[in-house]
Amino acid sequence: GEPHPGPRAVNVDLQTDATLQVDISDALSERDKVKFTVHTKSTLPNFKQNEFSVVRQHEEFIWLHDSFVENEEYAGYIIPPAPPRPDFDASREKLQKLGEGEGSMTKEEFTKMKQELEAEYLAIFKKTVAMHEVFLCRVAAHPVLRKDLNFHVFLEYNQDLSVRGKNKKEKLEDFFKNVVKSADGVLVAGVKDVDDFFEHEKTFLLEYHNRVKDASAKSDRMIRSHKNAADDINRIASSLYTLGTQDSTDLCKFFLKVSELFEKTRKIESRVAADEDLKLADLLKYYLRESQAAKDLLYRRSRALVDYENANKALDKARAKNRDVLQAETSQQLCCHKFEKISESAKQELIDFKTRRVAAFRKNLVELAELELKHAKVT
Amino acid sequence: MQRTSLEQLEEDSFDVDVAVTNPEKVGDGMNAYVAFKVSTRVCRKAFFSVRRRYSDFLGLYEKLSVKQSLHGCIVPPPPEKSVVGMTKVKVGMDDPSSVEFVERRRAALERYLQRVVSHPSLLQDPDVREFLEREELPRAVSTQALSGAGFLKMINKASDAVNKMTIKMNESDTWFEDKFQEVENEEQQLRKLQAVVDSLVNHRKELCGSTALFAKSMAMLGNSEDNTALSRALSQLAEVEEKMEQLHQEQAASDFFIFAELLADYIRLLAAMRGCFDQRVRAWQRWQEAQSTLQKKREAEAKLLWANKPDKLQQAKDEITEWEARVTQYERDFDRIGMTVRKEVLRFEVCLCF
Repeated sequence: GEPHPGPRAVNVDLQTDATLQVDISDALSERDKVKFTVHTKSTLPNFKQNEFSVVRQHEEFIWLHDSFVENEEYAGYIIPPAPPRPDFDASREKLQKLGEGEGSMTKEEFTKMKQELEAEYLAIFKKTVAMHEVFLCRVAAHPVLRKDLNFHVFLEYNQDLSVRGKNKKEKLEDFFKNVVKSADGVLVAGVKDVDDFFEHEKTFLLEYHNRVKDASAKSDRMIRSHKNAADDINRIASSLYTLGTQDSTDLCKFFLKVSELFEKTRKIESRVAADEDLKLADLLKYYLRESQAAKDLLYRRSRALVDYENANKALDKARAKNRDVLQAETSQQLCCHKFEKISESAKQELIDFKTRRVAAFRKNLVELAELELKHAKVT
Repeated sequence: MQRTSLEQLEEDSFDVDVAVTNPEKVGDGMNAYVAFKVSTRVCRKAFFSVRRRYSDFLGLYEKLSVKQSLHGCIVPPPPEKSVVGMTKVKVGMDDPSSVEFVERRRAALERYLQRVVSHPSLLQDPDVREFLEREELPRAVSTQALSGAGFLKMINKASDAVNKMTIKMNESDTWFEDKFQEVENEEQQLRKLQAVVDSLVNHRKELCGSTALFAKSMAMLGNSEDNTALSRALSQLAEVEEKMEQLHQEQAASDFFIFAELLADYIRLLAAMRGCFDQRVRAWQRWQEAQSTLQKKREAEAKLLWANKPDKLQQAKDEITEWEARVTQYERDFDRIGMTVRKEVLRFEVCLCF
């Protein structure tokens, strides 16, 4: 298992409070799955003990997230985005390729590259743990979601939740649901909102989400190029070292010197790439998902508004025909109540989103700058 | 008359320095070229200079390689042709990349000439002297085959020809075999290194491009952000990223390119060295063929004696004398080349003009 050093709210600025604290204390990477040890400390009366741990897999996190999304009661909240699936494919492929090419390089070169790839694997692993942890912490910090029954079961029930991943049929249903949603989204986005606050938020979020998506994609590409260059430098440094140690001629001494130079360069380059990855790329990716969740909230509110307007129209019609008026009135009241409830909580959620976002960006950009300064001083 | 190698050994230190400076664009459009000033200083006393262009250097190499490689000398290979680089210069010498190109070429030409004049036998060569001293040189033609890739192809073709010869050389002197193996190995390793260096140069270029795109994207994001402080911070980040892109560009150009060029240079030198080993084998094969021809002539003579044809006999005897002389000559050539190659390799190992 990989030891995980305590809670790390990397991307999100959260206040941990003593009534409910959740973190991932350990994680184990098996061939095609990761097992997370979810550790809870709580003074709430709902739980049997004050401190306990369970083992969960990725699918169970998704189940929990989906249960929030499907719950009508939570329509007025930004549902914390689900953590992405752990993906070690690329890293595993690289390790395999390295194994195949073992014959064509010297022992030193091979060991060096293996170390690099193992470090990369470890970094990906740490990231996936962090992302799963952030999800749980967001839920635990949310005043309403933290009371959710499914969440408590997730935290406490120490058996397998028997949650299977969605089968093909269910995945197809989800796909269609999303298609309908986006078509609706276009329709609903066209209706200008009476409330200025929400109108502004709608425009803002649509634009912001697209730009974050673009920035996230571009940052990923940039970091990949950076890592590729660092890998090349690593290979050059080790070949030069091999050439330089073959003999003690002047040429060999030259090779050794250049090898040292390349080695230094590599250290800096890979550190810079890693910092950018952690502080910038991950941040952008996270806010891509959060801004989507915020958009989803706005969509749900718009839907509720449409339902409310339709109920109004139905009521007018019923009154005009003097038929089923009571039914129409009840329906209209329900829609009105639902819409107002969503609007109220949505307003607060969106304001919180803004605060969180600014704080997270500030934290990460400052840390990034500090790291770069630190590395610059070392050289 | 050929000097013996002993005399050559004595003449090793001639104090000659060359410099290639003052690049100047001559002419306009696609017929334009860059002329350099080639200055020579001999024994700190005599000093003279001429103007030369790149094709003149190639022409010098062509003449030298035809003559000197027959003796087993390592003829330094010239710097590579570059259609792209030259076209940029022809169009206009103002932008930084063509200024850089001209500078790199100047440096490479200087290195090339330095190697030529440090070589004691090449220095004696009248073509080299003419190159350094004569005011106007006739335009060198048919220099197409001498670009970097062309040069390597030439060497490899020669190697193949040698390998295809039916009489395999039985090496009496293992020194040659060992050295050849060493040279081949080194060349292989350096070729692999060169491939990785090329990959690095490409990845750096990629990095430049993607950093630029990222900077623009961050600027856009900064514009969207409605918190003013964060918006400002993001735009500043975008500016910093742009600066970094420029730095990446410069770095890609300077450090790694110089290293890549030196590496390519050295690999060409190793290939040239391989070429002179092949020359030696060719000399041996000529000698062996001459010996077998002589043998056939002797057999023919014996047959004539037996068949009693006195008129043809004289001719046969003449031919035998001729071939005996050739065999002796070729044997001497072979030995001489062997010694030259040995000396060349030792000189190469000791004093690399980097």
